[in-house]
Amino acid sequence: MTSRVAGLTLALSLLAIAAPGHASQQSSATTEWLISRAEVGRSGGQLVVIERAEPRTFNPVIAIDSPSKDVVWRMMADLIHIDRETQQSEPALARSWTVSPDGRRFRLILRRGVRFSNGDAFDADDVLFSFQVYLDEKVASPQRDLLIVGGQPIAVRKLDQYTVQVDLAEPYAVAERLFDGIAMLPHHVLETPYKEGRLREAWALGTSAQGFAGLGPFRFREHLPGQRITLERNPYYWKTDRAGNHLPYLDTLVFVFVPSEDAQAVRFQSGEADITTRLSATNFDVLLRDQGRRNYELIDRGPGLDYTFLFFNQNNLAEKGPAAIARKQAWFRQLPFRQAVSLAIDREGIVRLVYRGRATPLWGHVPPGNKLWVNRSLPKPARSVERARQLLRTAGFSWNAGGALLDKEGQPVEFTIVTSAGNTERVQIATIIQDDLKQIGMRVGVVTLENRALLDRLLTTSDYEACVLGLGAGDGDPASEMNVWLSNGATHLWNLGEREPATAWEAEIDMLMRRQLVVRDVQLRKRLYDRVQELVAQNLPIISLVSPSVLAGATKGLGNLRPTIFDHHALWNVEELYWRGRPPSGAPQPR
Amino acid sequence: MAGMAGMIVQSGRFALVALGILYLATICAGFLAPYDPVTQNRELAFAPPTRLHFVDSAGTVHLRPFVYGLAGGVYPVRFFLQGVPYRIGGIFKGDRHLVGTDGPPSLFLLGTDAYGRDQFSRFLYGGQISLFAGLLGASLSVGVGLVLGGLAGFFGAWIDTTIMRVAEIFLAVPWFYLLFAVRMALPLQLEPSQAFLMILAVIGLVGWARPARLIRGVVLSAKLRDYVVAARGLGATDAYLLRRHVLPQVLGIALTQAALLTPQYILAEVTLSFFGLGVGEPVPSWGNMLAVLLRYDVLSSYWWMFVPGLALVPVFLLYYVLADALHQRAAAFTV
Repeated sequence: MTSRVAGLTLALSLLAIAAPGHASQQSSATTEWLISRAEVGRSGGQLVVIERAEPRTFNPVIAIDSPSKDVVWRMMADLIHIDRETQQSEPALARSWTVSPDGRRFRLILRRGVRFSNGDAFDADDVLFSFQVYLDEKVASPQRDLLIVGGQPIAVRKLDQYTVQVDLAEPYAVAERLFDGIAMLPHHVLETPYKEGRLREAWALGTSAQGFAGLGPFRFREHLPGQRITLERNPYYWKTDRAGNHLPYLDTLVFVFVPSEDAQAVRFQSGEADITTRLSATNFDVLLRDQGRRNYELIDRGPGLDYTFLFFNQNNLAEKGPAAIARKQAWFRQLPFRQAVSLAIDREGIVRLVYRGRATPLWGHVPPGNKLWVNRSLPKPARSVERARQLLRTAGFSWNAGGALLDKEGQPVEFTIVTSAGNTERVQIATIIQDDLKQIGMRVGVVTLENRALLDRLLTTSDYEACVLGLGAGDGDPASEMNVWLSNGATHLWNLGEREPATAWEAEIDMLMRRQLVVRDVQLRKRLYDRVQELVAQNLPIISLVSPSVLAGATKGLGNLRPTIFDHHALWNVEELYWRGRPPSGAPQPR
Repeated sequence: MAGMAGMIVQSGRFALVALGILYLATICAGFLAPYDPVTQNRELAFAPPTRLHFVDSAGTVHLRPFVYGLAGGVYPVRFFLQGVPYRIGGIFKGDRHLVGTDGPPSLFLLGTDAYGRDQFSRFLYGGQISLFAGLLGASLSVGVGLVLGGLAGFFGAWIDTTIMRVAEIFLAVPWFYLLFAVRMALPLQLEPSQAFLMILAVIGLVGWARPARLIRGVVLSAKLRDYVVAARGLGATDAYLLRRHVLPQVLGIALTQAALLTPQYILAEVTLSFFGLGVGEPVPSWGNMLAVLLRYDVLSSYWWMFVPGLALVPVFLLYYVLADALHQRAAAFTV
């Protein structure tokens, strides 16, 4: 114990000598700590977290897959952060900020005395460098789009060592939330790779611990490919608890990779891991039954932000795509057809059979978990086979003696629902829909495809008829759904790459979505997005089905554990997590 | 020694009868199954097997067994009950079922699956696909093997060389991956009958090489036997020789091969459907019924979902006993 502390002190003093200039000008006495409001805990212990895949990179600039983000964001920090519990923005690396009355100019005051995990000081130069990197087209960071406002990249200027000014071309509805999720980078470390055009390759999986520097609660220690990644406490982290103890409490944070959902449940059940998120409802039930004999607790946070839906291929197949599907599109494009399908589906049955009740039926695309934005006044028509049949009859469909549905030309209505083979819940949903639609005479096949083959059909070849898919709204804000609802959006699944809106209601959605992005009045934004939800529910480009509940499990005795339905789930406040009493056996003893 | 051989033949007869009953039961699935195999009872997912009771809560003994409905109520078990219409062997229509109860579906002899479908009915109907895919696949590959192996062995020369080289190529084909490729080339949705034919064609056609090689060897040795050479010398035609002297020797081998290959092909169908490459939902086959065991919650909670897998064990044993007996019989005939 003594030797570790001594070593650390020695390293610090060496650093102070080796790095003259601004780094040595501050002592820790001037550090402007952020004081956490959470319950005061005790230091020590290790936390093992299950991750469904190995991260692809440790580089926050290019990380898009959730395993990478889960790991990277434990080592990174942003200027202004959205509290995952209250949904309010709060100071992070920026101690405070001001906004000009027109909403186009932000002035951010940086926290003084903050250091990266390698001991380098953090100041406005790092902020400038970070935004330069994110905005660089050659780097092609996924965050770049978020920093383009009104067609112009945001302009970042340094006013002094601890003040930066950010100018937007237009007022932006999300306002200071813009800064959430933009990790600040150490320009001392990354400037050389950036100038050499190697920034995308920097901080790849094989990088040694010395090559990293972040502002998050943990820092990289070790990576065993295919097995685990170990992070250790960042001794320079800028938060303390109310008693003045430095955060984080935990000594080490270990991510283990377990690909299948079932294997994750088994590993968690056997006590090999402390936290698992994204549990399926059925596994949740299995774990629940065993809870009395085991040392874990299970948490049902209710409906999340994900929504599962059915949609038909309405792409323009004139140029490409199979002719057989083009013929069936005459049905798919009819609103009464889609309404009849929606009316015939037993959503309650799906909730009960597939999710054991741990999901919420949906009639609009915003799940009730998204409390700020859901339109509660959408109608929720009860399942009615009779009304579905009536709609079809009015639209010119008929039934033959065997009860099969025929279109105007006398062709039987048959189509195939594709879905991801790896997702048992969606396969089950498709099978239930198959049986439901049989009752209105539709003959439906279910085909399961490997995930990549499925995406290829959906996004490239348009070679499918109908599909059961799920989407998750990242942070619940409508801004994150732009690519789904804009008629030329990259995830406008039912009809990709429309040159101009194919229908009047799609044109209206385009207008509403664009408008809500620049309106600063939250009430007005809500009204605009309510109308979008109404249009979607009326015109059914996607037939919303259910929103699964967010289910998590954690070893007993983990203090401050408050999983959220938003991204980062149980780890959003990882710096505040601590072990009540003794750290669980098997974990290394605290220093 | 003779006693041992006799016992093997005896058990072979038993196996044949037992398999016959099993196949007959699956053919008559419509009559034996109390319910339609695709009807979902969404309130009754994963219901455990229904217990038959003879004694009620008052202690009274009933001769006619009864069951307690899962949604309440007491239902006596009835025989030759009118129910869902069905066809047997695609020809005979009927709507009488061997057993059942009045009122809502409540007689689930092997429980229900994830959608509340009767597992016993699905098991019987699933057997139609799985057991017959094996049997027909084996007949097909032994039939093709018989013809090609016979030709190669009897005529020799370039015919032999060509057929045997092709056979070697077929032996080298990794058929499981071939099936993935074949499935990818076909349209997304296959009718259950088309899927069944596809499986049959692939396993039957790919599997002909092994029996063909075996039969070629037997034919080769048979045609060189003294009495065959003598018959040829006395002016017997090829057709006569094949019919009178060669075929009887080969037939025993071919039947043994068929009995050995059938369980392998049943397993092939089960494997394919397990991976979603065979007959699709909602039509049951033993393979796609077992696919639900990929889920941890099912694996750890609902033992009755294992039934199709467990049923494979006696089926395989019976086939191997039968193959043994056929082998014994063929050997006795040859010597």
